Amino acid sequence: MKIVVILRLEPVLTEELELTDDGSDIDREWIGLDLNQFDDQALEQAVLLKERSGASVVALAIDSEGSERMLKAALARGADEGLVIPMQLEHGNSRSSRALAPVYASALAELQPDLVLVGVLSNSDLYGELAPYLAAHINFPQASAVSEVLVGDGKVTVRQEYAGGRAALLDLKLPAVVGLQTADQPPRYVAGSKLRDLLNTEIPKLELEAVPGADLAEATTLKVPELSGNAEMLEGSSEDIAAAIHAVLQEKGFA
Amino acid sequence: MSILVQVEHFGGKASESVHELLAMAKSLGGPVDALVCAGTAEAVATIAAQLDADTVVGVADARLAEYLPSAYLAALNAAIAARTPDVVLISYSTAGIDLAAGAAVYSGRELVGYVSEIARTGNSLSVVSQIFGGKLMAKSNLPLPGIAVIMPGAFNAEGPGSGAAIEMLDVDLPAAEIMSHVEVLEPESSGIDLTKAERIVCVGRAIGGANKLDVAEALAGKLGAEIAGSRPVIDAGWLPKARQIGKSGNKVKPKLYLTAGVSGAPEHLEGMQESDLIIALNLDEQAPIFSKAHYGAVCDMFDVLPLLTEKLS
Repeated sequence: MKIVVILRLEPVLTEELELTDDGSDIDREWIGLDLNQFDDQALEQAVLLKERSGASVVALAIDSEGSERMLKAALARGADEGLVIPMQLEHGNSRSSRALAPVYASALAELQPDLVLVGVLSNSDLYGELAPYLAAHINFPQASAVSEVLVGDGKVTVRQEYAGGRAALLDLKLPAVVGLQTADQPPRYVAGSKLRDLLNTEIPKLELEAVPGADLAEATTLKVPELSGNAEMLEGSSEDIAAAIHAVLQEKGFA
Repeated sequence: MSILVQVEHFGGKASESVHELLAMAKSLGGPVDALVCAGTAEAVATIAAQLDADTVVGVADARLAEYLPSAYLAALNAAIAARTPDVVLISYSTAGIDLAAGAAVYSGRELVGYVSEIARTGNSLSVVSQIFGGKLMAKSNLPLPGIAVIMPGAFNAEGPGSGAAIEMLDVDLPAAEIMSHVEVLEPESSGIDLTKAERIVCVGRAIGGANKLDVAEALAGKLGAEIAGSRPVIDAGWLPKARQIGKSGNKVKPKLYLTAGVSGAPEHLEGMQESDLIIALNLDEQAPIFSKAHYGAVCDMFDVLPLLTEKLS
């Protein structure tokens, strides 16, 4: 069984996001990038499936600054192979799942996986999420918001999560695409020494003519919302803030 | 402007978000079609009776008795082809994620997601969305025909409607072997019901580990509050699933909701924004949680929470 897990770097949201002058994108010059938290879960699930059922795991990413390091970390966590899709994403190029889905779909057509795992969301999926786009492009069955994956004979059984803590078990015929929300166990820690061992490992590039699709990026402008509109902000030292919260709790009858 | 609303339902009842979508659809004009997929024609009629739409497009098949992504997508694609609506409105939910992109590819339509505001502007729709965990707003021009995925709570619902005429649609559904429903799983309660809690202390990813929860648990103890977590806290295994707040966890309305280290992604806000009193602590002054909080402080929770606990002693 061959599992392809798609890994994406995205802006670290605890950092301040600044916009380009024309408001068409975030300023990516200095922003920190990290592995998409749901892709992190998808990678863990792929490695767990490998450990349980002997699958091979290919970690796939679009070539960008940091992608090789990310794929080496995936190897250190148990992926068998890392592959980059050669592509120069520059300012003005949309990075949306809608735009990039045909690129990933071309790569998947080459790789012929039995199962594609990808995080259920990325934090910039303005025009739709990647898993259902991939499924539509390559005509695989798909389920998103998945928290458990069990491989069976020619099928995969997934637990799909709904609002209010409800869930269902679904059988999907392989090959299939799964938009993963949570792996069966939290992503594993990788020792720095293991990463250092992979420092000189070459990450091969797929030979691929990758053409992104269109989206509405040119008809979209971004802005930073006014966040403090509702909240009364409590300021001062930690002692001042604790005292102010205590006063609010007393006033409202909670203390 | 003709509109098709994708109807989600469970246990014979249309979801609250469906009424919001129907009210939004009416505000944009009409006529408004509502797509109801269910196991039988009778089940379609039960849902249709709750809807305020001009027409209910019903699809009945045993494979649609419970939500099933491939079968529901085939039904949605068939309904779009049959009714050719100017706009398809879908709620941002698990089904919304599953269905919207597939329908966009199948019908060749543009799609905008995470929509919190929508307005008609000539032959297109002006939509505002929340992205990057709610830290940025995106204003887009959605050409018609198009698809919009709407955030729950984006529009005031008018409550259940008085019913609509049903037109049944025959759809060639994918074979059961492609995808099938195995079992419905009820929420894991573990004896905790956060929806009934009057006071909740909720921690986010910034808590940093299960071994650091004691600082929040001590405060919760003094307040007589339940401890809860945002999705990353649950995914990391630091708290059990029954203590999750947000889209895929519990939707709560306590009298007091005190958060520490919760950024306030839209999926979290959906689960707690109707709380009576919201107090939020976060190191990031841009954290979207401050847009919903009544009181906020940009501070280190590990400094402030122990001091607050001490004052409550």
